Amino acid sequence: MHVSLHRGQRRGAQWVQSVCLVMLTVVFSSSIDSAGADQYQRLRAGMLDAIRADYQDTAVYIDKEKADPRVLAAMGQVPRHEFVAENLRDVAYENRPLPIGHGQTISQPYIVAVMTDLLSVQADDRVLEVGTGSGYQAAVLAELVSHMYSIEIIQPLATQAEKRLQGLGYKNVTIRHGDGYYGWEEQAPFDAIVVTAAAGHVPPPLIAQLKPGGRMVIPVGTRFLVQELLMVVKDNDGSVSTRQLLPVRFVPLTGGH
Amino acid sequence: MNEIPNNAVRPPLLTIVLISGTALAYEVLLMRLLSILQWHHFAYMIISLALLGYGVSGSFLCFLQQRLIQHFTHSFIVNIVLFGVSTVACFQVAQQISFNAEEVLWDPPQLLRLFAIYLLLALPFFFVANALALSLIRFRDQVSRVYAFDLIGAGLGSMSIVFLTFVLHPLPALMVLGILVMVSVAVAAWELSIAARVKVTAGALLGALLLAVAIDHVDLTISPYKGLSQALRIAGTKVVDTRSSPLGYLSVLESEQVPLRHAPGLSIKASVEPPPQVAIFTDADNMTVITEDAGDRGAFAYLDYMTSALPYHLNSPGHVLILGSGGGADIQQARYHGVPRITAVELNPQLVDIVRDRYQDFSHDILNQDGVELHVSEARGFVTQSRDRYDLIQLALLDSFAASSAGLYALNESYLYTVEALQVYLRHLEPGGYLAITRWIKLPPRDTLKLFATAVEALQRENKAHPDRRLLLIRSWQTSTLLIKNGLIGDEENSALKTFAADRAFDVAWYPGIEEAEVNHYNVLRQPYYYGAAMALLGPKRSAFLHNYKYDIRPTYDDRPYFFHFFKWRVFPEIMALRGRGGMPLLEIGYLVLVATLFKAVIASAVLIVLPLIYLRRHNTPMSQDRVSSPRVLWYFFAVGLGFLFVEIGFIQKFILLLHHPVYAVSVTLTSFLVFAGVGSAVTQRIVQAGGHRRATRYAIIGIALFAMAYTWLLGPLFAHLAALPMALKVIASVLLIAPLAYCMGMPFPLGLSRLSTAASHLVPWAWGVNGCASVISAVLATLCAIHFGFTVVITLAVLLYISAAVSFPRVMQTTGPLKSR
Repeated sequence: MHVSLHRGQRRGAQWVQSVCLVMLTVVFSSSIDSAGADQYQRLRAGMLDAIRADYQDTAVYIDKEKADPRVLAAMGQVPRHEFVAENLRDVAYENRPLPIGHGQTISQPYIVAVMTDLLSVQADDRVLEVGTGSGYQAAVLAELVSHMYSIEIIQPLATQAEKRLQGLGYKNVTIRHGDGYYGWEEQAPFDAIVVTAAAGHVPPPLIAQLKPGGRMVIPVGTRFLVQELLMVVKDNDGSVSTRQLLPVRFVPLTGGH
Repeated sequence: MNEIPNNAVRPPLLTIVLISGTALAYEVLLMRLLSILQWHHFAYMIISLALLGYGVSGSFLCFLQQRLIQHFTHSFIVNIVLFGVSTVACFQVAQQISFNAEEVLWDPPQLLRLFAIYLLLALPFFFVANALALSLIRFRDQVSRVYAFDLIGAGLGSMSIVFLTFVLHPLPALMVLGILVMVSVAVAAWELSIAARVKVTAGALLGALLLAVAIDHVDLTISPYKGLSQALRIAGTKVVDTRSSPLGYLSVLESEQVPLRHAPGLSIKASVEPPPQVAIFTDADNMTVITEDAGDRGAFAYLDYMTSALPYHLNSPGHVLILGSGGGADIQQARYHGVPRITAVELNPQLVDIVRDRYQDFSHDILNQDGVELHVSEARGFVTQSRDRYDLIQLALLDSFAASSAGLYALNESYLYTVEALQVYLRHLEPGGYLAITRWIKLPPRDTLKLFATAVEALQRENKAHPDRRLLLIRSWQTSTLLIKNGLIGDEENSALKTFAADRAFDVAWYPGIEEAEVNHYNVLRQPYYYGAAMALLGPKRSAFLHNYKYDIRPTYDDRPYFFHFFKWRVFPEIMALRGRGGMPLLEIGYLVLVATLFKAVIASAVLIVLPLIYLRRHNTPMSQDRVSSPRVLWYFFAVGLGFLFVEIGFIQKFILLLHHPVYAVSVTLTSFLVFAGVGSAVTQRIVQAGGHRRATRYAIIGIALFAMAYTWLLGPLFAHLAALPMALKVIASVLLIAPLAYCMGMPFPLGLSRLSTAASHLVPWAWGVNGCASVISAVLATLCAIHFGFTVVITLAVLLYISAAVSFPRVMQTTGPLKSR
């Protein structure tokens, strides 16, 4: 149950990890070790329930009445367990982020749902993703739009995600290895852009490649904990503004002010 | 290693100095190492708990003291050898355990890993504590002498490690400590005159050699989620240089293929990409950049698209002071705006060297340009001593967003953002000048509001009328800049502000005469939080607002300098209910780590204290025979252990306000406390001979109370007078002030121990363990108290603890003493 996260790991300490592994295996994974397709289907339904429940509390706060059923349906289609390492499959549908190696993570399902929802994509939209990672977000979006373009800066992740998505039959996703700062000039403009890699600032070329009326969503925070979502909105007249959203319902003031 | 007849053996005092010094140095070095590998507050937690090794040692010796004392030389030397080996081995194994704090919420096994790390790192402290405790037991007739050398060794260690880490990188420094321990094995063999001393010496030297070779195969295993590791994932990046000092481990990173484009807070309306940059990471995080200056001024236009550029649009400052110049971005920004005279202050000389030497051409020698004057100094100390006045003081963003937003600085004291600090800055402004402070924007708003509240308070304390007409606040989605003017803001500035903000899609959150319709346009929040807060903080509802806000955004003061502490217990249940759906980041994790550390330390200590007591009751002479009440022994040593560190920690913080430099201030204060406490311990025997244990203890504790209380009142005004003195004189003044207090503090512990060794000698290791546990709890508790009540309260509590110790230990053992800090 353990992914080697640190660079330059040495054999010296493997015994400690082995001990952890054994304990973990015994405690946590005996029950669903050999989950079949049905089992994953069930887990996926559970995940959707968890997302719906979270939405109920939070919907108003992210300017949504409730979760877009199309987004939930899309997430119900994508086999999330295929996007994580073998040893994490059992927990793939838990509402939590997971490490995918290379210092990267696959986002928490709830956050994926909110981000996808915020993009408000239509069936014939072209969508750009910067930071493919495992390819999970791209797969979810690919269920909803005509074509997904995704750029990943870490070569092994790009290759892996491409192979994975091909294997799963996603024909409308194109992945490129490279620097996402300049977007994807040849395929621009985009109806929606999702930046999953941490950004020091919003790259001006990405704003330029957003269609009028388009939206860009950027999670802000650390690899495992999303602090807030930044949404860049380009109005029909081309003016740009941003919105900062908490993915949870939390008002900083208590009553009495 | 045959035993030598008792009378021929003298305490191995030199060995004790060596191992005690190395142990303290090791503790400081581990903190350095773990701060590089993990995040500071986890380093803090891990080391606090590892120090329970001292407590474990006490319990362990309760069970085995008789057997081990029979073979004292053997046990003593073996424990030192194990200490030496474990310093290197345990660190190496521990750093391989991939603990990721952020996953603890979902991944309980992370806790097992954390526990394994505690255990591993506690081992070295356990072994060295055994060696020290065995000496105290074996030479119980000379307890105060042995303890004196223990303290003096620790004092020397705390000083030496500062020098060592300035000269060497952390791993070579670790090697030096390992070798030192092996040398002390040889020294011990000669001091104890054991028969096989030549063989032992040869063995020790061989051991030293092996440790040196082993270290060569150790690399730092940095968390893959730290900034440096993340940057290194990108093809074409490499670390081209590293520097190390107690101020931090610097890694210089060049990126050949993908530009770094570091421009935090850049407006969404900016279209210029930053020029090529080189990154410097401190402790593998906290990136600052050096930007290429190829002579084209236009390349720096992006710096005009930051919130921090606002003051340059309000007037044309002739003399700008930049606090925290780092890689030089703020200097470039001032130059871009044509400022003729720039004074820059940077704390870390190694960072300055990198910019000035290695990247001299790249940066167009930015630090030596005409009109630029650089000082290597601590920011607040520099301003305090400065005789100049400035048109603009820029307090740069010194911390990284990730660490700041995750609440990782909650435990860090910061004397840059207190009411008193702002007062100092304001007094150094020319009429019409500005103080500009830029902070990260967090959602829900936290530090910008705390800063605003602190600014309002500072203005009021300076008796400036109309604080509302002296403040400006703007924000982007990433940063906010607060301006405080030395003078009243007029219409001209208001309109310049509005133009500046509108051109960059920045929102105005406060200016005199602001209307609600003007706010929250570009970066839209659910509510105009910043404007609303500014209104409230400037109006009559201020205290209600501060009370009702879900984060602690009250102004910070020098006595409670936790600018980054925002946590309120009231909100804890609400956030915990939200944790599953991404509510976790709402928690200020640093504070909770502190609480968790205290919790664990208390539980572990309870076990370590109670278990041996049960054993001793069953297997030893009945307590009644000793005429000693064990609860009294417990409280005496516990109170004295808590009290010692409370005083030490409280005054370290007080002296930072005189000495300013974080490393030197701590080092000077800590060393003085330990060395003079050692002197105090050394003379206790003589004092006891003159007047008995009870009287000696009473005098010592009266002395502690008098000095400590007097200092809490007197140091403030005294420091104000000393502020202008040269550093060397300030250091001497500090040492002289600490000496008498520390001298008294050195007595209660050895007094108690020496009384115990005659009245109930089997309890000596237990008392040692109690004291070890108390010092772990004390360090954590002191910080927690300081966060809530301030350091003056910490010191006052210490005095009460000492008094309670004096009272609690009357019967057979009327006396008492404290424990040294580790």
